[in-house]
Amino acid sequence: MIVPGSVDDVSGGLQAAGYLPGESTALVAYLAARLGKPVLVEGPAGVGKTELAKKLAEYLGRNLVRLQCYEGLDEAKALYEWNYRKQLLRIQAEAEGTGWQAVQDDIFGEEFLLTRPLLQAISSEEPVVLLIDEIDKTDQEFEAMLLELLSDFQITIPELGRVEARTMPVVLLTSNNSRELTEALKRRCLYLWLDYPDAERELEIVRMHAPELPETVARRLVEVVGMVRELDLKKPPSIAESIDWARALLLLGAEDIDQQMFRETMSIIVKHRTDLDTVAERVGVRLAA
Amino acid sequence: MSLPRHLVGFGDELRREGVAIGTSELNDAFAALGEVGWTSPGPFREALAATLAKSPDDRRVFELVFERYFFRATEGAALQAGIREADAPGGGLSEEGAERIDYEALREQIMEAIRAGDEAALRDLARLAIAAFGRQGQGSGVLGVDVQRIRRALGLKSEPGQLAKGEGASVEFPLTREQIRRFETLLRRELERAQIERTQTLPAARPLNELDRALPSGPAQDLAAVHRVVMQLKRRLATQGHQARGNKRHAHVDVRRTMRASLETGGVPVVLKYKPKRPRRPELYVLCDVSTSVTSASVFFLSVLHALHDSFRRMRSFVFVERISEVTDVFATERSFKAVSDAISKDAGVADVSGYTDYGRVWREFLEQVEDDLHPRATVIVLGDARTNGRDPRADIFARVAERAGRTFWLNPEPRLYWNYGDSVISAYEPYCEAHECWTTKQLEDFVKALTRPMHA
Repeated sequence: MIVPGSVDDVSGGLQAAGYLPGESTALVAYLAARLGKPVLVEGPAGVGKTELAKKLAEYLGRNLVRLQCYEGLDEAKALYEWNYRKQLLRIQAEAEGTGWQAVQDDIFGEEFLLTRPLLQAISSEEPVVLLIDEIDKTDQEFEAMLLELLSDFQITIPELGRVEARTMPVVLLTSNNSRELTEALKRRCLYLWLDYPDAERELEIVRMHAPELPETVARRLVEVVGMVRELDLKKPPSIAESIDWARALLLLGAEDIDQQMFRETMSIIVKHRTDLDTVAERVGVRLAA
Repeated sequence: MSLPRHLVGFGDELRREGVAIGTSELNDAFAALGEVGWTSPGPFREALAATLAKSPDDRRVFELVFERYFFRATEGAALQAGIREADAPGGGLSEEGAERIDYEALREQIMEAIRAGDEAALRDLARLAIAAFGRQGQGSGVLGVDVQRIRRALGLKSEPGQLAKGEGASVEFPLTREQIRRFETLLRRELERAQIERTQTLPAARPLNELDRALPSGPAQDLAAVHRVVMQLKRRLATQGHQARGNKRHAHVDVRRTMRASLETGGVPVVLKYKPKRPRRPELYVLCDVSTSVTSASVFFLSVLHALHDSFRRMRSFVFVERISEVTDVFATERSFKAVSDAISKDAGVADVSGYTDYGRVWREFLEQVEDDLHPRATVIVLGDARTNGRDPRADIFARVAERAGRTFWLNPEPRLYWNYGDSVISAYEPYCEAHECWTTKQLEDFVKALTRPMHA
């Protein structure tokens, strides 16, 4: 377990874990670890929001607890649930004569509690990194439910009382900005906007993940991806796709990205039929034949 | 003034520009500044941004206000202390220094500095450029004009990005628009500084105007924004049933199936079976005006329609000019927006003779086609400007449509100011429907809220 001493520590640590943070990313990650405030990370799909949480956990030497959000997610799947079958068996196994009071005390104990990610994160012995992924996919009621956890790091279970955090987790929430989150949630978080990196940084990222790729190819690749992103596409290529493409080119032993090579491999970065046409029309022709 | 006071002042200024900042946020900002070395501008700004600006829009306003507030604060302090640059040893630019500058060399240096991203060097160069420019006596005294004149005198312009062919790194990269803009900002700031020093007063603070504030956006981004709002609409409509049933989030236990399953475990209901949730699907009828008077808006409307079709199965769409035509099938078979709009403009056959909208006829034909299908749970949405070109609005037929349908909405692409001017007859229809103005995605979002209110609340 590491407690970072400065922003540069975080930056270096994340790099060692294989993540190249921007200036603000490192700073916000550092603040999150120091202040114990949750971080709301927003940005387009595929810029490394989830990856940041994973690498941060790796750097801090903590376990990652992940809650993937989706429409209709409720307390039972996010917080805790009573283990109904076990409770039932307990009652069955109980001798006839036992009083109701004794049974009731028995079956609402920690033994019968199924911990879900959020409860798991705060009741863990070792401090963890809690990732609440794609919070914008849930509905507003769920957000409201998170507020208690995010500001006080505690969860109230009606039958048991308040469960307070044993250790302080570092909390990251990610959102693809598909809906406006409530003010109350934002108020409790630090905010980090992750965007596509500029060409220089993306080049570094590509180099980090595909070090054997020739320099000229890597440079050209970043340039082409930049151009593709400027087009009006259904799904612009993300950083993950740049990396995939770099690896593919490496496997193919490409010396340069020419028109033919681009035509054959562009399906790695562009993933809609209509987008493929647009890209071939607008970018493909600008490459050397 | 002390730093805390400045921070609170900065927060006030952000609030005035419409960024919602609570005291808790300011507290966070102080806590964050306690953790970072805020003597350098980068971390100081980022720490404040992380705690105060919590959306991309807010961040944009934050940047503008940050520049303005702290620029004024330093200049104000300098004025109070009576510091002038000319007094400082080595500071300021002597006349003969400016004498020797030639634009060509300066241009080279500026390009170099921009490419290297060296902010400090760039600032010095901006001052050199201003000095050289001032010597020529072309200054107009208006900041914006001077900035552009200096830029032109230096021959800096952004060129459309083009792929370097073959040689790789040896090819010179032209400047991007963003890089030029950064240099212009510096020019402007230095000019402003000189002006303050000359006049010994701070210029009056002026709030950001809408233009500064708006995100730079192309039509493509608009389309993406529309899709986002419609996604939201879909989600709201999908959960609407739950709200109507009083927030019952839990499924009901299906007793019959649970008993059946309990036979396996000796009659003890170990495995619970739930009744499946069957959300009530709303039914939409959308009528979209595609005549020439709403040309600019109809692209917006068609994209709304297109996005709606991506999300709803039970929806029928119609387009109209003089007469009406159902285009549900076009949307069902075509996936891309471009193909859809082409098909509609080519084959829908909505223009008859004049090409002018005839609302009266449209209502009559619409009612003929769907009268039997309309029912109280259906929602009718009309997208149009209600400009009848002097023809009879036939509000009586529209009233019949509204009566048969559960709810009727009208989205008007014109600002409310223009309603009922000229041949706009929206007031004739307003008693029978809920009319919304809708020319920005923000208003579309408001409409989504109205549309997804529980039906009989």
